Amino acid sequence: MSKKVAFLQGNEAATYGALYAGCTFFAGYPITPSTEVAEIMSIELPKIGGKFIQMEDEIGAMAAILGASLTGAKVLDSTSGPGFSLKQELIGMGCISEIPCVVYNVMRGGPSTGMPTGPSQSDVMCAKWGTHGDHPAICLVPSTVQELFEEMVRAFNLSEKYRTPVFIMPDEIVAHMRERVVFPEPGEIPLIERTTPTVSPADYKPYDTSFGDVPPLAAFGSGYKFHVTSLNKAQDGFPTTKAELVQAEEERQVRKVEGNADDIIEFEEYQLDDAEVVVIAYGSTARSARYAVNVAREQGIKAGMFRLKTFWPFPYKQITAMAGKVKGFITPEMNLGMCFGEVERAAQGKVPVIGIFRVDGEPINPDQILDKIKGVK
Amino acid sequence: MSRYELRFSGAGGQGLITAGIIMAKAASIYEGKQAVQSQSYGPEARGGASKSEVIISDEMIDYPKATKVDALLAMTQVACDKYSHDLKEGGILLLDSDLVKEIPKGNFKLISFPIINTAKNDVGREIVANIVALGAMVALTGQVSRENAEKAVLSSVPEAFIELNRKAFSIGFERAMAASI
Repeated sequence: MSKKVAFLQGNEAATYGALYAGCTFFAGYPITPSTEVAEIMSIELPKIGGKFIQMEDEIGAMAAILGASLTGAKVLDSTSGPGFSLKQELIGMGCISEIPCVVYNVMRGGPSTGMPTGPSQSDVMCAKWGTHGDHPAICLVPSTVQELFEEMVRAFNLSEKYRTPVFIMPDEIVAHMRERVVFPEPGEIPLIERTTPTVSPADYKPYDTSFGDVPPLAAFGSGYKFHVTSLNKAQDGFPTTKAELVQAEEERQVRKVEGNADDIIEFEEYQLDDAEVVVIAYGSTARSARYAVNVAREQGIKAGMFRLKTFWPFPYKQITAMAGKVKGFITPEMNLGMCFGEVERAAQGKVPVIGIFRVDGEPINPDQILDKIKGVK
Repeated sequence: MSRYELRFSGAGGQGLITAGIIMAKAASIYEGKQAVQSQSYGPEARGGASKSEVIISDEMIDYPKATKVDALLAMTQVACDKYSHDLKEGGILLLDSDLVKEIPKGNFKLISFPIINTAKNDVGREIVANIVALGAMVALTGQVSRENAEKAVLSSVPEAFIELNRKAFSIGFERAMAASI
């Protein structure tokens, strides 16, 4: 039997990806350019016994998904830059309380309300540093409509596996463009469910590290009673200020993600085998980069692309390994140098890093990248 | 390279994003080619200049926006002024003759007829002007067959409006064929 095929918008594909992953609860405060996600969820979730809530504001939506996740549901919130800023306080709570959830953030021009219908890639640092305090961050940056579906499923899987908020952040171009999507059959992409306790309710502790860096999470309503707080906590979930406990917990929370970077980081290597100039790109900008690399190759220039699918954790190791072998890195992005800075860190001064930055609401066109490729000697 | 670029432009509310989506769907789902549709529009719900771009290719499409436009539809003077600068030499330029009076200079294949008035008077409803224009673009560009484009139109509109849209598509297709001979 042939698979189901449809011609979909990025936001539509992302929403169907969330449903495929088993999402049964959505709370949000609709905002351009992510509104379609809320719109479709409001239609689809009631059909499968799920819940859709349009909350009074963005932080309320974030609170709602954290609460719903603690009952055992897979949860989604969707937003764009201004909403992403407003959610940050409770994103921090999701990190410290270790509550699985997925936040879909379509990147539009900023700061503040910026340019509502214009594309941007300027929220990638907000995904890492938007909320205060040391905390883990996982952020996925898809490039195609098909990938939006698949990466949404991966976002849920990572969130369940590592018991932490996961961000999936297409730029407005990827979110609003339409392409053919081939739907995977049920079961074709494996789904990961959070680990639940094997001990009795009396013996259960919500942050019991004897089970490893990702402690099992019981569902409220399943007979397990436990305390959740946004304060630094001990293994039983109650607040603590004991220095050695706080230090160990903070380090574990970050380690559970950073220590598994190889499992989380995905990337695409395009024409890299003999490449002398490497374009490091993500989202729709990677599509401009691929076009430019193809034209450069036709002209006999050894260009290639390293495409980030995961922005956080950042693939420092892979980029450092390339740095000694190539003549230059080029980082095109719709911001003023966010990926650029991380690539410079990874390059360790071994190779020049050339940025192409655009924040005028227009995409980076392939000619801009080609010009820089030609400039690398 | 088989990359072919179409741009549907006009005012917000004229249905040109929909027209672009249907063209891309015809190519991608019914014609078996690769297609990407994208758009840009202002914050207004109606008015302003709006464009919808469709890239059609036999190969994987990387850059989703137009680089050198092969075929441009302009349904208002503002859109024509704003979006005709990167029309390829020898490219197709389809205009609403009532609304676009100042025709851009250049070596283009110009086709012009009163698109909105054709929808109003010949089809019976102004609201399907976008489908009249789509029919004309399908005829002029030859990127998808008439049959596949019609399938894409009919699968994209509500049941109650199938006949109206079929008629709009057909009249647009025929007018363009007649005008371009």
